[in-house]
Amino acid sequence: MTAPAPIADSTLAREARNQADEPQSHVARFGRDEPLMMDCGTALAPWQLAYQTYGTLNADRTNAILVCHALTGDQHVANDHPVTGKPGWWTSFVGPGRPLDTDRFFVVCANVIGGCMGSTGPASTNPDTGAPWGLDFPLVTIRDMVRAQAMLMSRLGVEDLFCVAGGSMGGMQVLEWAALYPHRVFAAMPIAASARHSAQNIAFHEVGRQAVMADPDWRGGRYLEEGARPRKGLAVARMGAHVTYLSESALHRKFGRRFQGRDAPTFSFDADFQIESYLRHQGITFVERFDANSYLYVTRAMDYFDLADEHGGKLADAFRGTRSRFFVMSFTSDWLFPTEESRAVVRALNAAGASVSFVEVESDKGHDAFLLDEPDMFAAAKGFIDGAAAARGI
Amino acid sequence: MTAHQPPPLVSAAPAPGVAPRKDHLLLAELVTPSARILDVGCGDGALLALLRDRTGADGRGIEIERDNVAACLARGLSVIQGDADTDLADYPDDAFDYVILSQTIQATRRPREVLEHMLRIGKRAIVSFPNFGHWRVRVDIALRGRMPVNETMPYTWFDTPNIHFCTIRDFVGLCEIVGARVERAYALDGRGEPVRLPLPWWAWNILGEQGVFLLSRS
Repeated sequence: MTAPAPIADSTLAREARNQADEPQSHVARFGRDEPLMMDCGTALAPWQLAYQTYGTLNADRTNAILVCHALTGDQHVANDHPVTGKPGWWTSFVGPGRPLDTDRFFVVCANVIGGCMGSTGPASTNPDTGAPWGLDFPLVTIRDMVRAQAMLMSRLGVEDLFCVAGGSMGGMQVLEWAALYPHRVFAAMPIAASARHSAQNIAFHEVGRQAVMADPDWRGGRYLEEGARPRKGLAVARMGAHVTYLSESALHRKFGRRFQGRDAPTFSFDADFQIESYLRHQGITFVERFDANSYLYVTRAMDYFDLADEHGGKLADAFRGTRSRFFVMSFTSDWLFPTEESRAVVRALNAAGASVSFVEVESDKGHDAFLLDEPDMFAAAKGFIDGAAAARGI
Repeated sequence: MTAHQPPPLVSAAPAPGVAPRKDHLLLAELVTPSARILDVGCGDGALLALLRDRTGADGRGIEIERDNVAACLARGLSVIQGDADTDLADYPDDAFDYVILSQTIQATRRPREVLEHMLRIGKRAIVSFPNFGHWRVRVDIALRGRMPVNETMPYTWFDTPNIHFCTIRDFVGLCEIVGARVERAYALDGRGEPVRLPLPWWAWNILGEQGVFLLSRS
């Protein structure tokens, strides 16, 4: 890292900053002869993807599963996070005996292009200037993320993926994989996702981005060079977004109107309520591990996602002739990616004659349900994976 | 599923060794090999699995109960959690060789529209249903003055998913209304075996516990 770490940064934040260029992960580096051709027209080179693997690739190379992470996730699916020390974000789903069973499958997860955990993004050092890319980094799309992953899988010697799986933005990538590389995807499992980002979701993202950019410490996107960090803006963005990942009933069950460490209101703007305290904590901890510009870029990638638009306006045409088998899953209380979005995907897959299964899991945990302990989700996913594995002969 | 794999988490997983239902075996005889089949109201997937294993069918299902969908997934079947009354409209014309409605038409809100969609989506439709004209039903109503509750119709009138019972004769009438040609028809007795006797409709309508119809567009 060339720029000195800002004095005000915590150890955690410094550690997170280090991950951008020199992650504690496997790194696939692509030189100037292997540019990433991006939707915005840029040929990005050199570039790199940071990734983690679990399990073993079999001799036939037929048991690889690619896990795609969500907006603020990263490649640390099933190992302790190198910055926060917390368990991986999908240990419930990936591991020995889990639906994505690492005793049977070779599971790969890469930090998305535009991310901040070691894949090239706005927090990475621009080799042409020696300074962080910042807003000079080209705008990324979901399709760019998928193209980058496809190059990574080829690098790993995996041409045919047994399965591509992911939730939320990860599910968008799954759908893009199935549309862009149908011959490379045997099974696809998009969870709590949609084939296009809704106006409401774009609106929430815009609120978050404006919060970041309104923070004077954002410094027009050049905060890393100037030794500042838009902590407050990014924390507010995270607080707002976090509410959209939950549900009214889950919030009520978890917090109700309970006070935080007091018996009565203080008649101030202190965090009187537990929910306020919880959200502030969510905001503060997020700022420690996530780059603000990366947040702008990755939210933007989701906003631009419209798979039907990429195929002449008809979603079914995105999947025409596909031989992949699909399993679409949604959650009853998810109002960010509601069931109707998943049903639209299912309808399109049916219209394309694809093999598709669909379950709406009963849960009051909102959009975040896909990350949480939902036995019905595990059972359904395991059934789908085991059935697909039997069909594939692995 | 091969032996080295862990057992599925779903309790309603396929139970190997359980004999297939007789009416399912009849349906398996009605379809051509390697057909594309949609089973509407496919339950736990027993019929779809049988059709796949015995006839090489490329089967799909629609099922309203979440637990049943999970059981289908555990059998390696492609099944959508959905509602026959609303979701058939989403399927394109001629998408399947057969669309099967096994013991489900009496539970649909709009049987006529469901049947019309089936004939649109599939080249052929297969419908099986409990016959409300069976002599035991007639006895229950005529002599006991009660709605029937038995093995074929196990629900009380006030707690039943079955809202549109019909007789075999009634169903023939619906086929005429929607312009369906009856290619083959069977009445099944209490053991699920076809009544093999050459009898007129009115006799089938009394002796058959179930009706099974293979239909096409006329």
